[in-house]
Amino acid sequence: MEVTTKSMPYEAWKDNEYIEQLVEELKANGTNVIVGSFDKLINWGRSNSIWPLTFATSCCGIEFVSLGAARYDMARFGWEVARSSPRQADFMMVAGTIVHRMAPVMRRLYDQLAEPKYVIATGSCAISGGPFRNSYHVVKGIDEIVPVDVYLPGCPPRPEAMIYAIMQLSRKMKVEKFFGGVNRKEKIEEFLAAHPEESYD
Amino acid sequence: MANIQEKITKLFPDATFEEGEILLVNIPDAKWHDLAKCLKEDADLHFDYLVTIVGMDWKDKFGCVYYLRSTTDNVQISVKVTTEDRENPMLHSVSDVWNIATVYEREVYDFFGIIFINNPDMRRLFLSIDWKGYPLRKDYDMSPENNPVPRENERQEDVTYTYVENENGKVEKKTITLFEPNDFVVNIGPQHPATHGVLRFRTAVDGETIKKIDFYSGYIHRGIEKLCEGLTYPQTLHFMDRMDYFSGHHYHHALCMVYEKALGIEISRRAQVIRVLMDELARIASHCLFLGTYCMDLGATTMLFYTLRVREQILDIMERTCGARMTFNYGCIGGVMQDLHPDFVKDVKALLAVLPANIKEYNKLFIGNVIAKGRLENVGSLSREDAISYGVTGPSGRASGWACDVRKTHPYSIYGELDFEEVVYTEGDSMSRTKLRIAEMEQSARIIEQLIDNIPEGEYCVKVPKVIKLPAGHWFQMVEGCRGVFGVYIESDGGTSPARLKLAPPCLPLANVVDHLTRGSKIADLITIGGSLDYIVPDIDR
Ligand code: SF4
Repeated sequence: MEVTTKSMPYEAWKDNEYIEQLVEELKANGTNVIVGSFDKLINWGRSNSIWPLTFATSCCGIEFVSLGAARYDMARFGWEVARSSPRQADFMMVAGTIVHRMAPVMRRLYDQLAEPKYVIATGSCAISGGPFRNSYHVVKGIDEIVPVDVYLPGCPPRPEAMIYAIMQLSRKMKVEKFFGGVNRKEKIEEFLAAHPEESYD
Repeated sequence: MANIQEKITKLFPDATFEEGEILLVNIPDAKWHDLAKCLKEDADLHFDYLVTIVGMDWKDKFGCVYYLRSTTDNVQISVKVTTEDRENPMLHSVSDVWNIATVYEREVYDFFGIIFINNPDMRRLFLSIDWKGYPLRKDYDMSPENNPVPRENERQEDVTYTYVENENGKVEKKTITLFEPNDFVVNIGPQHPATHGVLRFRTAVDGETIKKIDFYSGYIHRGIEKLCEGLTYPQTLHFMDRMDYFSGHHYHHALCMVYEKALGIEISRRAQVIRVLMDELARIASHCLFLGTYCMDLGATTMLFYTLRVREQILDIMERTCGARMTFNYGCIGGVMQDLHPDFVKDVKALLAVLPANIKEYNKLFIGNVIAKGRLENVGSLSREDAISYGVTGPSGRASGWACDVRKTHPYSIYGELDFEEVVYTEGDSMSRTKLRIAEMEQSARIIEQLIDNIPEGEYCVKVPKVIKLPAGHWFQMVEGCRGVFGVYIESDGGTSPARLKLAPPCLPLANVVDHLTRGSKIADLITIGGSLDYIVPDIDR
């Protein structure tokens, strides 16, 4: 099964192995025909209307503004409905440096997103701390705090790269079992199991 | 200069002086408050604008360097006050002389742990109350174990502290509550679309009327000043793109100039022209984005698409020459990184051709709109005296009648020979701040027009030593960024990295004045006023 989006040839994607692995998992676990068809239908809808949370702390956020404006026009893909409330958003584009004071706030925002939820770490700051990695007040990558679905490198990533990252996310959505997993907080439980020493409330 | 010195000596015999590009006065802490009062209130001196306070750790002693400027004749002076007590460093506050000193002293307290006696608000500014140590001290423990990433919500207090001297000279700590017991406090931010980034306002309201705002920042404090102390001089430059990311060129310009001044490097005329061209292009782009996002805050979403059209065109020009859309890293010590793209002149001319029509459209769509008029006119009026006392510079200061453009008051680079107007309005309300930015776009275009056909031949970057070492000493340089006066203070001990690099951003005073401007207005006006000041949060926090 080739998971792709409209007008994008499968070979043009990077990281196909990851998606193929997800497909294998999907096949191995199996599902019945009816639930599977519903999964497909819902995923088709979900992957074409991914709503972002307006969340930007610094420079990378400005490129996100450009992405929303006429030239790059993310409305073409159904992502233009940027929500200011986490309750209404599907994913969080963490655009900008996350510092110590912001870390618990960001965590709270993530917790407030409705399931199923996704995170894109945008820019080198969100991935690793970027140019500020050695600072006393900067988090060295947001994956210390929340699980990340897509890493988008760049300082800042160009709007085209942002489009690519969200398209990757939509590809990931297409191979999920909506009725068997994504809706049931599995991801966060896995994440907490992998980060045992930390307590969140 | 000489008569200032004479005058001060007469009144304060124990003051000593160091000549330099800016006169430096050394004064014992006990006399500092009196001197400050005299410097501000004396009719001949009249140093009414406090540019910045630079906290310093010289290992054997702590201290502050105050940069002052007179708004009548634009003379500058600096004052140095020190203390040798490392356990309990204390200095006297000047927050009653210059309003902006309150928040500058808080910043110094946060970074160095110097307590300012009589400052009404001695809390930390950027770091949490549980933060261990003072990061800009030379003996600060940088290990992550010392201050791990917090997992819990931050502990907060609703009180602040002040330190006062009693009759027998002992200093006492007093607690002040921020809000009254039955105040209704609404929390706005840090995740709020209208705060323009991660800034937080704790707003006490009475019905819909704002009683008081406690501005709370540090949600994007990245510790750039400390990071710079561990980097070589050329490496420090790239941070300039990442504070106020619209004034990247201006900030680069400032830091490059201060290094070139220290090294005694003369840069080529071509490089100077290129830098000025880039500064002015960036100014137009920045004001465009301001207008777009500001209108969006007010509910006029379409404006963003109109203004970003011009901005994208400018970004294309820059991208062709600098290779990036936002973090250009273009200025370097000795000139600029790369030469101009062959199509640069052509592209800029195309921009100049479409700009007037666009500006006309902005005026028609927004400025002339009755809703905009109703929401902006007479909202958040700032008087000239307050603008100076709160250190509100840039377009916001000029809208209040204060001619504070560094390009005119202390012309740097080639600005002295250019023909342009400093736009100054007197109303000081949100509308005039908005209109002024549009008028500035026209002036920037005028500067570009003068230069674009006369870019001289020559090298774009002069030869500089491979390893850059500044001689021991200190230097200060200001430029006019998109949002106001940006100052850089550099102190070198003769090594390859700065001993202290202080960045004095324009946005901290802008955010600080929100409380003063909004008291008594309706809560909806908070968005109007905050937006019209156009602060950039990473620039406040650094
Ligand atoms: S990755 Fe670069 S552009 Fe993005 S927030 Fe960090 S410093 Fe700014």
